[in-house]
Order: sequence, then structure tokens, then C-alpha cells
Amino acid sequence: MLWSWPFLFDEVLPRLLRAVPTTIAATILGFAVALLLGLFFAILRMSRSEWIRIPTTEAVEFIRGTPLLVQLYFLFFILPDVGITLPPFTTGVIALGVHYATYCAEVYRSGLENIPRGQWESARALNLSSFATLRLVIIPQAIPPIVPALGNYLISMLKETPILALIAVAEMMQEVRIIGAETFRYTEPVTAAGVIFLGLSLAASALVRWVERLLKNRAAGR
Amino acid sequence: MRKFRHYVPLCVALLVAALSTASAEVRIFLPQLLKGAGLTVEIALASFALVIVGSFVAGLAQLSRIAIIRSIAIIYIEIFRGTSLFVQLFWIFFVLPEFGVTLTPMTAAILGLGLNFAAYGAEIVRGAILAVPTGQYDAAIAMNLSRGDTMRRIILPQALVAMVPPFGNLCVDLVKSTSLVSVIALYDLTFAAYQMNAALADTFSIFGMTMLLYYIFSQAVRIVATGLERRFARGLSRGHL
Repeated sequence: MLWSWPFLFDEVLPRLLRAVPTTIAATILGFAVALLLGLFFAILRMSRSEWIRIPTTEAVEFIRGTPLLVQLYFLFFILPDVGITLPPFTTGVIALGVHYATYCAEVYRSGLENIPRGQWESARALNLSSFATLRLVIIPQAIPPIVPALGNYLISMLKETPILALIAVAEMMQEVRIIGAETFRYTEPVTAAGVIFLGLSLAASALVRWVERLLKNRAAGR
Repeated sequence: MRKFRHYVPLCVALLVAALSTASAEVRIFLPQLLKGAGLTVEIALASFALVIVGSFVAGLAQLSRIAIIRSIAIIYIEIFRGTSLFVQLFWIFFVLPEFGVTLTPMTAAILGLGLNFAAYGAEIVRGAILAVPTGQYDAAIAMNLSRGDTMRRIILPQALVAMVPPFGNLCVDLVKSTSLVSVIALYDLTFAAYQMNAALADTFSIFGMTMLLYYIFSQAVRIVATGLERRFARGLSRGHL
């Protein structure tokens, strides 16, 4: 009565596995937004103008200091009010991306600050533009050391995707909630979702280690 | 601008507050939000107490000489860090009753948050203890201190200094994560905001005020953590003089 294998295999697993691609897609797209926007925040925070630097810093602090779920609700309800209608999945990806961009910005900043001053000065001496300096000199050196830290955020983001269920994105926990509402059985669906999450986060951490090794080998090969 | 910088958060806060209170319905939603905020603070405090205890138990267990205790700690940490907090809250609230353990939503929330964050805290405790230089252990052996005395009187006081900043960050994350307890039917700040928004449809004011309240909580935690850090480090530098 407590645990039913047929229910798990015939009913729960097929439905949960169908929702896994949504979870993975939300994580990957959200992380892509976070990586790009985070770099943008980090660069703005290094600006020479205080009128750019301070507002960016405060905005980043504010986003970091408030819960993702509240931001998600805010976006979900405010966007239609201002005339932007997006599917819940897109809203979810934006919320995940913006929230994690503020974490990534901190990581980028530590990476950028660890580049010796001489690198910036040589780039200036070679008459590179600001953009070329960043793209050709600074960023290629700043990224490899911070890959592990960024990878940790990929994994935590994966574990935060279930909150997208609260704006009715059909990811895994939403499926669990639907199954629970239909059958009044939570034991198998919740446990299965937990095991799948464990598998996904182990896979994600293996991926991060692989990228780390790849970058290290490339740096050594050069 | 430099002097002005310290007032920026305050100005932003006042601006958001002004915009929010400009809403005609502020008298309706603000009391509800504050009621929810009370529960949020209560849950955050109770689960943080559990996190501190759990972190030390699991962190020290990981360093135990007995293999079984070590493995239990590692399994606990890996399970709670590898699955999602959302899943764990669901599991505690919906699945545990099947095994005859029925918890109130409040207890389930505190237990779920506490166990999840203690798994992260255990790593902080372990890392901080391992970061104490080995010379300190050698000196303790030379002084003929027992293992318990070494830990309590030599290692932990030094490790605590290194633990304060990461525990501060963990506590900020914990405060933010309390927003998830609304999924197990608790009337916390987030749930209050959601309900008021459904009733009044004044998204900007309601969620603006909600974010502001959370922001105040997390800044308060940061300020306390910075104060503690300074307090703990002061003892350390005096020891070195």
C-alpha cells in the first residue's frame, strides 16, 4: 500500500521523464542568459563613471537580496500589465537568468580583478580599443579560473527550476503536483523526482568538471 | 558622489516605499504583508537555529575517526545537496505522513529548510576546521590535551572566525528560500503577496513592497554578519599581539 512499483513504472516515470527536457532546457537557457547578462553587469560595475557603477551595484545587490520566487511572480504578473505577453516558460527563463546573472557578476568580477594591471596597460600600449581589450586580452584569461564557481551556479540553478511549476511551467515538479492532485499519491512521484534530480545534478557536476579539464588542457597545449 | 553612496540603498528603499504606498489599496495589503513577514521571520529564525546545530553535527561527523559516522554524514549531505529544496519540502510534507509521521506545515517547513541548509553548512564547518594550520594540532598534542579539549579549546575558536562570513551568506540564502514554504500552504510573506495580488491586481505596489521587505531582511542579516565577523576577528588579532 505504501509503495507501488507498477504505479511508479507505468504511470509516474513516463510522465516525469517527459518533463525532464523542460527542466534541462530551462536550466541551460537560464544559465546562458545569466552568463551573458552577468558579464554585462560585471563590466558595468567596473566602469570609471560613478553614475554607471553605483546604480548597477545597487541594482545587483537588490536583485541578490530578494527571493527568486518573488521576482518570478513579479515578472509573471507585471509583464502582461505593460503589454508583454510571454509564455510562462520564457518568463521563467528570464527570471532565472536575471537572478543568477547577479551571482555570476560577482564571480566575473573576481575573475576580472585577478588580471594583473600590466595586461590592461599593455593592451592600451598596443592601441586596442576597450572592447578589443576585453574580448582579446582580459576575458580569455579571466574565464578559465572561474569556471568551477560558475559551474556551481549552474547546479544550483538546476535545483531551483522546480519553482517554475508555480507559474504553471510543465516541468518535473508541476507533473508531480498534477499526478498528486489526480491520484492523491505523492510518495512515488516525489521520491522519483528527487532521484531524477540527484541524477541530473551528478551529471551536471560531471559536465562542469569536464569543461574545467578541457580548458586546463587547452591552456597547457598553447 | 562618494559621500552620497552610503545613502543610495536608503534612497532606493524610500523611492520604492513611496511608489508602493502611493497605491490606494495600501491600507488593505500592507497589514497582510506584514503578517506574512512575521511568519517569514519566525521560520527563518527557527530554521537557522536548526541549521547551526545540524551543520556542526554533520560537519564534525564528517571528520570523525569512525567510518560509519563519516559515511552517514556524507550520505546525508549528498542527498540534501543533490536534490532540490522544493522536492524535499514536498517529500517532508506529503510523503512522511505515509510513513506515519504527520507534521504541521510549520514544522515541515522548518525541518525542510533546516536539513537542506545544514547540508551546505556542514561543508562550511568542515572546511573551516580543516583550514586551521596543523601546527595547532601538534601544539595541542604537545600540551597533552585530549582530542575533545583540542577541538573545543584550540581548533573550534579559530575555525569559528572563518565560518562567520560563509554562514552569513548561507543565512541570506535561507531568508530568501523561506519564500518556498508557500507551496506547503503556509501564509508567509510571498504567499500573502500572491493572495493580495490576486485580490487587488496591483502587482507593482504589492510585489514592490514585498521585495523591499525581503531586501531589508537580507541587508539586516548582512549587517549582523559583518558585526559578528569584526567581533570574532578582534579576539584573534589580540591573541597575535
